[in-house]
Amino acid sequence: MRRLLAAVALALIAAFLLAAPFAFKPYGVFILGMWAVMSIAAIGLNLTLGYAGQISLAQAAFVGIGAYVTAYLTTHGWPFWSGYVLAALACFAIGWLLGYPALRVQHHYLAFVTLAFTTLVYLVFRNEEWLTGGIYGISNIPRPSVLGLSMEPPRAFYYFCLAHLVLVSLATWWLIRSPWGRAFVAVRENPLRALSLGVDTRRYTLLAFALGAGLGGIAGALYAPLVQYIDPSPFALGLSLNLLLMVVVGGSGYFFGPYLGAVVAVLLPEWLRFTQGYYLMAYAVLVVFLMAVSPAGLLGLADRLLRARRAAAPRATP
Amino acid sequence: MSAVLEVHGLAKRFGGIVAVDGVSFDVRAGEILGIIGPNGSGKSTLFNCILGQLKPTAGDVRIDGRAVTGMRPCDLNRLGVSRTFQLLQIFPQLSVRENLILAGQEHQGTLLSRLLGRRDAGLSQRADEMLGFFRLAELGDERAGGLSYGQQKLLDAAMAFMAGPRLVLLDEPAGGVNLTMLAGLRDRLKAINAERGATFVVIEHNMEFVMALCHRILVLAEGRIIAQGDPAEVRRDPRVVEAYLGQ
Repeated sequence: MRRLLAAVALALIAAFLLAAPFAFKPYGVFILGMWAVMSIAAIGLNLTLGYAGQISLAQAAFVGIGAYVTAYLTTHGWPFWSGYVLAALACFAIGWLLGYPALRVQHHYLAFVTLAFTTLVYLVFRNEEWLTGGIYGISNIPRPSVLGLSMEPPRAFYYFCLAHLVLVSLATWWLIRSPWGRAFVAVRENPLRALSLGVDTRRYTLLAFALGAGLGGIAGALYAPLVQYIDPSPFALGLSLNLLLMVVVGGSGYFFGPYLGAVVAVLLPEWLRFTQGYYLMAYAVLVVFLMAVSPAGLLGLADRLLRARRAAAPRATP
Repeated sequence: MSAVLEVHGLAKRFGGIVAVDGVSFDVRAGEILGIIGPNGSGKSTLFNCILGQLKPTAGDVRIDGRAVTGMRPCDLNRLGVSRTFQLLQIFPQLSVRENLILAGQEHQGTLLSRLLGRRDAGLSQRADEMLGFFRLAELGDERAGGLSYGQQKLLDAAMAFMAGPRLVLLDEPAGGVNLTMLAGLRDRLKAINAERGATFVVIEHNMEFVMALCHRILVLAEGRIIAQGDPAEVRRDPRVVEAYLGQ
């Protein structure tokens, strides 16, 4: 019964995502594409934070690195896929290198280290003009073609982003159900015991951190051709905090948390535009209210309500 | 018989406090060695030094003749040294079976095969065997956090045995377990020792449990071994009585 309900809900969401571009204006399609891209970045952070339990404020930097690598290469005549692959690999490698010293500390200390990293990367974007174009950024970022089909039109590129979200979701689903995912959860819940059972906690933590960074890179590689013009400002600390918000509001450690969190962080502000100047306030009140009611996020709240209902229902067997 | 574990001159100081003060002993293959002693006599510190959780100030530890002093717990575990903790240490969010699979998965295959290979790492059957052996057969799909305390204690022990270790260090396995469960646990430990030749070192306060389980007992007081022998000898030893009663 529950499986059937879940399948129906997934099918409805898929139908909506496929049909939506025909009902929306180009700006709406763009925002949906942004939702898909931010979902990928948040899925990465959910691996790091939700599954391996490491708080990171570096995700914006990885999205930025992915975006700049792709923007630089594609505006210098390289094919999109070279930028895409290099963005993912570079972010994985940088994540690993950053994690090596950074993961010696935990919790809010790790937050500070990763915050410093985001600031550092932002300064590189802004000041290294020869490479990044400085505050003028990089413009005219081309969109790729797939099998001879141009992804240039907004609708086509939206489907392109959606396809990537599906692929990333499937890979992540596989990952968290593999022995790696089990090890991630074990390291988060009880590192001491995990260590005594042969789980190399340092290596798995680094892997979760680097994989999260790599997904940030992939999100960046899609972000650049989505907006077609990048400058340093979107990759400052604000985006890191926003991604953290997506993971926590959606439900940290829940598979579907990042998608829902990205709805709240990307789509909700747009829907609240009718409130004119008050939309940021309304948005803030909503988020504060949610966090006060359910620190485990939207899916944590749903989980709790479902469990309460099941416990209240009379049971056939004691 | 050869020694599985050799501890030589092991010492651990915390600042000015000497928790373990030059302890040496061997554990032979197939032996069940008990370590008893009053609170604060250094039993748990000794365990933590042997297992690489703490770095000893002096001395060395050998497993099957191989020096392992200061080795990380995860590497030591993959050499076949397993442990349980004084306080319950299971993974409450995972199912009972998943707890057991986790306890075995790092002992086989490569990092890559653990990503791309089977989800249960081929360990479901072995996990069910362990569940049957520890009388938890019906509970495989339950969330581990939902079990009773005694059942969690059995799961904790089952996890320590999942990978077929050569040596298991048990830190107060009887603590907080009711009498029926306790008899079951002792019986299971004896069976594993007899059938698979696993070697144990057991820290325990419950004298009856220790005397019934162990072949040989070390008595620790103030970080030193003050007596050793078979259970009957230790029980009669006046130094042991003194250390416990403080006369």
